[in-house]
Amino acid sequence: MTAVFLGIPTAPAGVGNLRGDRPFPDAARDALRDGQLRANLGHATTTIRGKRAGVVAEVPDWAELREAGRAIKAATMARLDEHLEELERQVTARGGTVHWARDAAEANRIVTELVQATGADEVVKVKSMATQEIGLNEALEAAGIAALETDLAELIVQLGDDKPSHILVPAIHKNRAEIREIFACTIPGVDPELTDDPRRLAMAAREHLRERFLRARVAVSGANFAVAETGTLAVVESEGNGRMCLTLPQTLITVMGIEKLVPTWRDLEVFLQLLPRSSTGERMNPYTSLWAGVTPGDGPQEFHLVLLDNGRTAVLADEVGREALHCIRCSACLNVCPVYERTGGHAYGSVYPGPIGAVLSPQLTGLSGGTAGNSASLPFASTLCGACYDVCPVAIDIPSILVHLRAEHVEAQERPGAEALAFRGLARAMSHPRLWRLAQRAAGLGRFLARGRPTLPAALPPPASAWTRTRDLPTPPRETFTQAWAREHSRASSRARPEHGA
Amino acid sequence: MSARDEVLGRIRSALGAELPAVEVRRDYRTTDDRPLPELLDVLTDRLEDYRASVLRCAPDAVGATVAAALSSVPGDVVVAPGVPAAWRPDGAVEDDGRPAVDLTAFAATLTGVTVAVAETGTLVLDASPACGRRALSLLPDCLVCVVTADQVVGGVPEGLARLDPLRPLTMISGPSATSDIELQRVEGVHGPRTLLVVLVSD
Repeated sequence: MTAVFLGIPTAPAGVGNLRGDRPFPDAARDALRDGQLRANLGHATTTIRGKRAGVVAEVPDWAELREAGRAIKAATMARLDEHLEELERQVTARGGTVHWARDAAEANRIVTELVQATGADEVVKVKSMATQEIGLNEALEAAGIAALETDLAELIVQLGDDKPSHILVPAIHKNRAEIREIFACTIPGVDPELTDDPRRLAMAAREHLRERFLRARVAVSGANFAVAETGTLAVVESEGNGRMCLTLPQTLITVMGIEKLVPTWRDLEVFLQLLPRSSTGERMNPYTSLWAGVTPGDGPQEFHLVLLDNGRTAVLADEVGREALHCIRCSACLNVCPVYERTGGHAYGSVYPGPIGAVLSPQLTGLSGGTAGNSASLPFASTLCGACYDVCPVAIDIPSILVHLRAEHVEAQERPGAEALAFRGLARAMSHPRLWRLAQRAAGLGRFLARGRPTLPAALPPPASAWTRTRDLPTPPRETFTQAWAREHSRASSRARPEHGA
Repeated sequence: MSARDEVLGRIRSALGAELPAVEVRRDYRTTDDRPLPELLDVLTDRLEDYRASVLRCAPDAVGATVAAALSSVPGDVVVAPGVPAAWRPDGAVEDDGRPAVDLTAFAATLTGVTVAVAETGTLVLDASPACGRRALSLLPDCLVCVVTADQVVGGVPEGLARLDPLRPLTMISGPSATSDIELQRVEGVHGPRTLLVVLVSD
């Protein structure tokens, strides 16, 4: 069954940040030429990989937690409608208001109208992938509402008029010296003596945002988890900017993808162990806030929860691809990916980069169609090495989904491409022994081109050059396996059965 | 059709008629049989690893320990309304429910906790009288939490089992921190930059 068959709409084009304007290979080529970017990424991902490995190794039941995490998510998806209805009942019973949004445009409209109803023209924001995905800041700005990002990395991206390049650390592509430059140029009244010491930079952000937190009347957040049976929402963070936003303003608006919920309170005992160790490599993140509806005298007295589809139900319709909805946005797969480590996040063109982005983004937008932008190229942005699967705290089999999406893309083509034709020819040769032997003998001619080297010079003519430009073609062996087998086998059989000998 | 009905309808057609039953096996650790003294040591180790300061004392020395810890903090101290009188330093002001932003006038806050998780170095405040409202443990730059030995559990599952999910909960593991610059952890951003934990046991 495919999403197209069922007629479930994917995320609409023209709003939000799920689509790039260039295919991945083109964008990646530019990124690879940026030496500073590669140095920054290499340094940061190496650091975090080591930290994650250390804190995961000290948990003796990590495998059992991972399996429980996978199963809870699978169980959630299997009854997603019931759990969402329960969540709505519980949030409503505790004084919250639940809104449903079919897509990015509808979610943006709902949030904009809620902010307008308060009379505020400024909102403070907790880092949230969902609001990045739907382009909420741009929508609010168009309505004359300033959205202030308060997470340090999001602030760096916003001040630098840049785009996020990592799920957890959107400014991972910037080093401390570049961040110091951004702060020095954009923060009014910043200390001219500001150095690039991370502690000093964090202090500069604290001073810059303090006043804004205290006067904010409306906050917008995402959610890491929502517990259906209790209506409890959870935001996991480090700096305390989340707590400021979730505690001080009068009105809180939380935008959450419909796949973020878990059925029971007890389920959090699994994810609150898996997430911090996988994302920042800490035993526990500094702050986790949990709240259910409105509490008189403590925190926001008006709470709105916006439940966002925006292509998620289309992903759910794909029996293989739906596992991508299990993602808890830890970003461990980005940090281990050999492709991400070299290209960085911008090349993916979506707020969800890296391995999980390569399976999630094209499913949310749909693989096919002229409006898909770079979506069709993303499932190919991988070497299928499997490191992402190994580190995934909920055991999403990303390589298998990548292969599944590649197949879907190939099948959707009206006319076969050069690669498809080549493989079709190969399939024919491999199913006809005589043809196969003939092809092998022809390939043997490549030995003349190689002149004793282990690989052929990258020299196949177009269209095969598209393949050999980035891949070494091994020199054909002196003797093929079948030839060797025939030789060995006939010799062995002649030893075993001497009566047939000459 | 409302957006609600449409989204729910899409989910139902995406899932199809056959709904597989998924079994969730909880084979991970849900209890910790280490003796209490060992758990207190683990908690201390984890808290210090996050650059929190841990002061251990006997039940009758809480007030003196808190006073000594706060002696170097210049400025006024605010305490959660349910904090026992014996713990409060001289001159401390009880939170009177003033507008949250006015709490910035205080240099330090003193609260209790609901539960402490040893393995992760986590303190949980549940907005009960002893813990105070959420803004109280957020705005003043120094936070002092008193943890009694009976509040300490081994792992996260035991900790969550003791909590009421309907209360506003704040889990605190060390002072405010960030890893946003080159993925290196530095302490002290928007939340309290200093976390002092008074750990009480016989």
